[in-house]
Amino acid sequence: MSDQGAAGQHMHEDAVEVIGGETIQAGRAASLWSDAWKQLRRNPMFLVPAGLVLLLMVMAAFPGLFTSIDPRSCTLSDTLGGIPRPSADHWFGLDVQGCDYYSRVIYGARVSVFIGISVTVFALAIAIVLGSVAAFYGGWIDSLISRLTDVWFAIPTILGAIVILTTLGDRVVPIVHWQVKRQGFAQVVLVLIVLGWPQMTRLVRSSVLQAKEADYVDAARVLGASDRRIILRHILPNAITPVIVYSTITVGIIIAAEAALSFLGVGLRLPSISWGIQLSIQPGIIRQNPHLAMFPGVFLSVAVFSFILLGDALRDALDPKLR
Amino acid sequence: MGKYLLRRLLQMIPVFLFATFLIYAMVFLMPGDPIRALFGERSPSASSIAAIRDRYNLDDPFFVQYVKYMLGVLTGDFGTDFRGRAVTDIMTQKIPITVRLAIVAFTMEVLIGIIAGILAAVRKGRFIDNLVLVSTISVISIPIFVIGYMAQLGLAVEMGWFPVAGVTEGFRSYLLPGFVLGSVSLAYVARLTRTSLVENLRADYVRTATSKGMLRRRVIGVHALRNSMIPVVTFLAFDIGSLISGAIITETVFNIPGIGRAVFDAVLQQEGSVVVGLITFLVTVYVVSNLLVDLLYGVLDPRIRYE
Repeated sequence: MSDQGAAGQHMHEDAVEVIGGETIQAGRAASLWSDAWKQLRRNPMFLVPAGLVLLLMVMAAFPGLFTSIDPRSCTLSDTLGGIPRPSADHWFGLDVQGCDYYSRVIYGARVSVFIGISVTVFALAIAIVLGSVAAFYGGWIDSLISRLTDVWFAIPTILGAIVILTTLGDRVVPIVHWQVKRQGFAQVVLVLIVLGWPQMTRLVRSSVLQAKEADYVDAARVLGASDRRIILRHILPNAITPVIVYSTITVGIIIAAEAALSFLGVGLRLPSISWGIQLSIQPGIIRQNPHLAMFPGVFLSVAVFSFILLGDALRDALDPKLR
Repeated sequence: MGKYLLRRLLQMIPVFLFATFLIYAMVFLMPGDPIRALFGERSPSASSIAAIRDRYNLDDPFFVQYVKYMLGVLTGDFGTDFRGRAVTDIMTQKIPITVRLAIVAFTMEVLIGIIAGILAAVRKGRFIDNLVLVSTISVISIPIFVIGYMAQLGLAVEMGWFPVAGVTEGFRSYLLPGFVLGSVSLAYVARLTRTSLVENLRADYVRTATSKGMLRRRVIGVHALRNSMIPVVTFLAFDIGSLISGAIITETVFNIPGIGRAVFDAVLQQEGSVVVGLITFLVTVYVVSNLLVDLLYGVLDPRIRYE
């Protein structure tokens, strides 16, 4: 460990939280984040999307807080005289099946947030392993991983997803009670991970490539640190910031992708409750009842918007060069 | 340069082969029997099943099928669908439609995107800058099928300015779908132009040009803009591939019989050869446009040398 790093660490209060000066890098990262936090907490471009994301998470975890109506209790006969518009009883009106649309839209947050976050986390895990190995070792292993990402990249995302989802059909799903209510859930998560990791892997690779040139990496190597230790303790903490920022944006992109696949009819299927499915009603019905497209459309857009803005704000705060 | 080009072309081959192989494998693994589906309710005789299986090499091992198929592709034979129609026929019919759509989208990206970016950069921090920033981030965030529906309902159904769907009205019917298809990239082009131009306007050579007494529009238009276009042009070249393959959602919303729709329908009907043929075409477009991007870097930025 280098001296100036340790000195820098003690200059920041936050670094005290780092266990006994175990690693310089963790201390530096904490101070970077604490600087960023000082700037972020006064920035409306961060606070607004952060608040919206928080709201979305709460909505996904506890939809019961927002509505007491069961989204699956529907009265088809209520739609006999045409689909009811929004009213005091049903804030967002009813849908084609006579279900309360407000509660269906609220419950729709759940799959979106779940899929957005789980796909991002899994893709990130793959990307961190492959990207850092490729960048750290270079040589043939780098060529192999880089060519593999090239190949994956060459497959158009939406079309690739359509082909894979049709191929998978219902096969991968262990039939558990939980899955029945979320038709197509496991397949969509799997496909989006499969198609999502190359982008992140490239990012991790280029980020690690930069970080591994630093002097402290040479210092650690001279001191006899193992490759594993150098990667985990020294390189990754310094290379991870742009990756985290990009992950925030990815959650938004994945949410939009899930909705697009469900909209096309190959993603989630009924009885799943998803904004994408809600938007896939026949155009003719939507023309007569614009509220059916408007509410899920607005929720979906705001969700994606929040994650992308949040990522933008984080990037501005964490990487002053890009400002 | 020649050497670099050759190396890149050689590198394209494995990417191309693996990508098509992946798609071929996935299509091959699709559940269900397309021949049974073809006959519908009637059960075909064993001999006609055998004849069809033989004709489409379905009895060969999977890898042999792939090799036979790729050999055919090299001679321009993309096979036929299960109704006996040549895949190349489908391609010549569908590709022009999507290409037209992509051209409209691309033109809008270039015109509106770059102009909006320049306006925002020149008036940085002012009203127009914020307007461009907020509207572009909104367009990037709103999923494209929502944009499509909004545009269709608002501008076509309510206002009646554009045809609602289909391609029967010639050029006019491509305007609105083209705009929707290009909207997200348009937003990226605007933001990229702005960032790049803002950065270059701070450069020394811009100050020198201004202090020589040069007109501001000439400083921006000739000096700063030319250097700022490097990332924008590379983004645009990169975008050609994604416009053509990304058209499926726009084509669904506006009911346009293009290549994206055709692939989607072929997947649902398990028309393996059509899926593979069309996606092979898309992969080719993508790989070639990627190569173009790399070469463009060198043309636009003389500091980059190819070895």
